[in-house]
Amino acid sequence: MTDFSTWDILRNLLLAARWTVVLSFVAFIGGGIVALLILFMRISRNRFARAFARYYVELFQGTPLLMQLFLAFFGIGLLGIDVPAWLAAGVALTLWTAAFLAEIWRGCVESIPRGQWEGAGSLALDYVQQMRLVILPQAMRVAVPPTAGFSVQVVKGTALTSIIGFVELTKAGTIVTNATFQPFTVYGLVALLYFAICFPLSKYSKYLERKMAAAYTHGR
Amino acid sequence: MTYVFDLGWLAQYYPVFLKGVAITIELTLVGGVIGIGFGIFCAWVRALGPTWMRPPVAVYVELIRNTPFMVQLFFIFFGLPALGFRMGELQAANLAMIINLGAYSCEIVRAGIEATPKGQFEAGAALALKPLQVFRLIVIRPALQRIWPALSSQLVIVMLGSAVVSQIAAEDVTFAANFIQSRTFRAFEAYFVSTAIYLALSICLRKGLDYLGFFLFPSARTESR
Repeated sequence: MTDFSTWDILRNLLLAARWTVVLSFVAFIGGGIVALLILFMRISRNRFARAFARYYVELFQGTPLLMQLFLAFFGIGLLGIDVPAWLAAGVALTLWTAAFLAEIWRGCVESIPRGQWEGAGSLALDYVQQMRLVILPQAMRVAVPPTAGFSVQVVKGTALTSIIGFVELTKAGTIVTNATFQPFTVYGLVALLYFAICFPLSKYSKYLERKMAAAYTHGR
Repeated sequence: MTYVFDLGWLAQYYPVFLKGVAITIELTLVGGVIGIGFGIFCAWVRALGPTWMRPPVAVYVELIRNTPFMVQLFFIFFGLPALGFRMGELQAANLAMIINLGAYSCEIVRAGIEATPKGQFEAGAALALKPLQVFRLIVIRPALQRIWPALSSQLVIVMLGSAVVSQIAAEDVTFAANFIQSRTFRAFEAYFVSTAIYLALSICLRKGLDYLGFFLFPSARTESR
């Protein structure tokens, strides 16, 4: 039997952590784009678009991410395509992220006082102009801290993709455990690596939140 | 080969799903009650407790909140036995959920406690109540009332997150779906049905918690009307 040093374990985990980071980026950026679509439907004047966006969010927030991964994995397979795990993982995480970001951003848009809409309207701006020139620039400022905070959830969400066979940090942890029989060390290191990715994001989000709170109370 | 969506097998396997639902509910109830209780204790420590206890609780909260639930579960189920703590899959699942929810609810409850007006502490002290009595009799209930919606959401998130415990062979709803798809090869239908079950469970849980909040905090009734 080969002996594995702690460095061997850590090196393999670090190599796999790349994929956790890559998948997080893909899900966050893809999810952000889809979330914008959902957001515009959610706050549009069309009743059906609003209902669709509401049910979309309800559905993805009301079911486990793991089920969404399974359904993406087996559902895309029904089309007769041999689904690689990364594709199912990317699709499911993107849709899941979109639901949460759309809901967060909706709160930000709705936090903009009505008077801003009315003021923009009285300057004869049309709906798209009101949105682009008046509402969104203000809403985006409010949206930054909670969005940064949610990125932590995305990173943690990628751990579930190991179940459908995508080799990222958690899956690598299982593989290395099976080779080394040191579950305590390996899963401890896996947890620390996730912590190393997520903790700075959490702190950054808290910092942004405090900065914004200070800016607001200062203005009063 | 054409694929036909078919739920005809469901009648045969519904007991498997029923058992899964029972386990998921059991995990959520035990994890919810003990986890939130533990969270309230941790929140008390962080907001009002003895100074020497605060750093360890802060480390616990940050560690749990910044690592995936699945890794915590694997660490408890696979890692701890190496130190001599052996436990069954249900115990491990329960423990993981308690530890996880404890950290999240600590932060939520703490926000509620810290929003308590200072005068309430002073009024309690003026009535010659000890600090712990002030906390128990005056502070905690309005604090919980303030953050009840956030706490409810977190409990729903934890319930949905419990789908992962199937990975250590705890026989919850997801485990039922895995079992059925390995027997019938109807993977999509099995996960479709279990997703619907989770959706129903989360809607029921949310409604139930709203009702519980209505029952626990009578003063909220007049405010909301």
